[in-house]
Amino acid sequence: METVRKLIQTLWFFLVNGFWGFPMTRNIYQGPLKVVCSPGLNCYSCSAATTYCPLGSLQQLLLGIRFSLETGGMYFGTYVVGSMGLLGALCGRFICGWACPFGLFQELLHKIPSVKLAFPARLTWLKYGFLACFVVLFPLLLVDQFGLGAPWFCKYVCPAGTLKAGIPMLILQPELKSTIGWLYWNKIAILVFFVLWSVVTSRPFCRSTCPLGAFYALFNRHRLIKLKLITENCTQCGACHRVCPMEIHFNETPDSGECISCMKCMNQACKFDAISLDIAGYSFNRDI
Amino acid sequence: MKNKAVPRKGPFILLTIFTMLLLAGIAFEEPARVLELAKAICLSCIGIG
Repeated sequence: METVRKLIQTLWFFLVNGFWGFPMTRNIYQGPLKVVCSPGLNCYSCSAATTYCPLGSLQQLLLGIRFSLETGGMYFGTYVVGSMGLLGALCGRFICGWACPFGLFQELLHKIPSVKLAFPARLTWLKYGFLACFVVLFPLLLVDQFGLGAPWFCKYVCPAGTLKAGIPMLILQPELKSTIGWLYWNKIAILVFFVLWSVVTSRPFCRSTCPLGAFYALFNRHRLIKLKLITENCTQCGACHRVCPMEIHFNETPDSGECISCMKCMNQACKFDAISLDIAGYSFNRDI
Repeated sequence: MKNKAVPRKGPFILLTIFTMLLLAGIAFEEPARVLELAKAICLSCIGIG
């Protein structure tokens, strides 16, 4: 099942990054597919990106909300939030485990042999702060003299944007090198920090910083497709703790917002059929 | 396969709410604006400029 998951992650990577004509055009994909929401974190300024990033779009709509209202536009971000919410209500953080390119990148980094460290559990709350402040409040409220805000998360934090868009753009358009400054080096430093942290700790960006993961986490209890604990079968052996890449104690918190539903606990650890796949209340065990 | 027929209503309520939000966005022609934004490179968003 882990091989299948890796294949699906790779497939999603190529689905949301399917424009490979960029070395010729030296520009990003500009076709109609960019009206489709990328389920995972995938910068839409990446040359190969074929879909829009929900976080980037939401910030762009919120930062220009005053301007759009003045010019007769009614762009409140409902299309973007509706798309994100549908994905969240359908499968929540399954997306993180199965369809996020940046999640796959961190998983591959974590395979590099090194000392492995636990993740400080308190930092899991940080990502909700990034979602509330850097994605919603700051772009909406901190505006310049023209009434325009800034895409705070993309501009100051997002390492996925640096990796997939910032660095490639400088390679494709070397003349832009003259414009880089502290903003660029700040983002490079953040990227390097998360790359190094991912080698020693499993998915640190997803757990501490990702606002999209934080949004999907809000749905984990009430999503259509989720993992379910069958308490009468659980022996509290703790086998599920040992395989979990998010360090969740599934038998204690089966609806944890941190669960990315990679299904390792169900397929590799539990010998007692105490974990099943639940779709709208109907359970399916691992033999399906 | 086990069938424990206790359907959960929560996901369907959420799916309905977000479908309505999505449709409201479409009614306000937001997809065209999203497409317009997604076609342009925001250099400062990716740390350049």
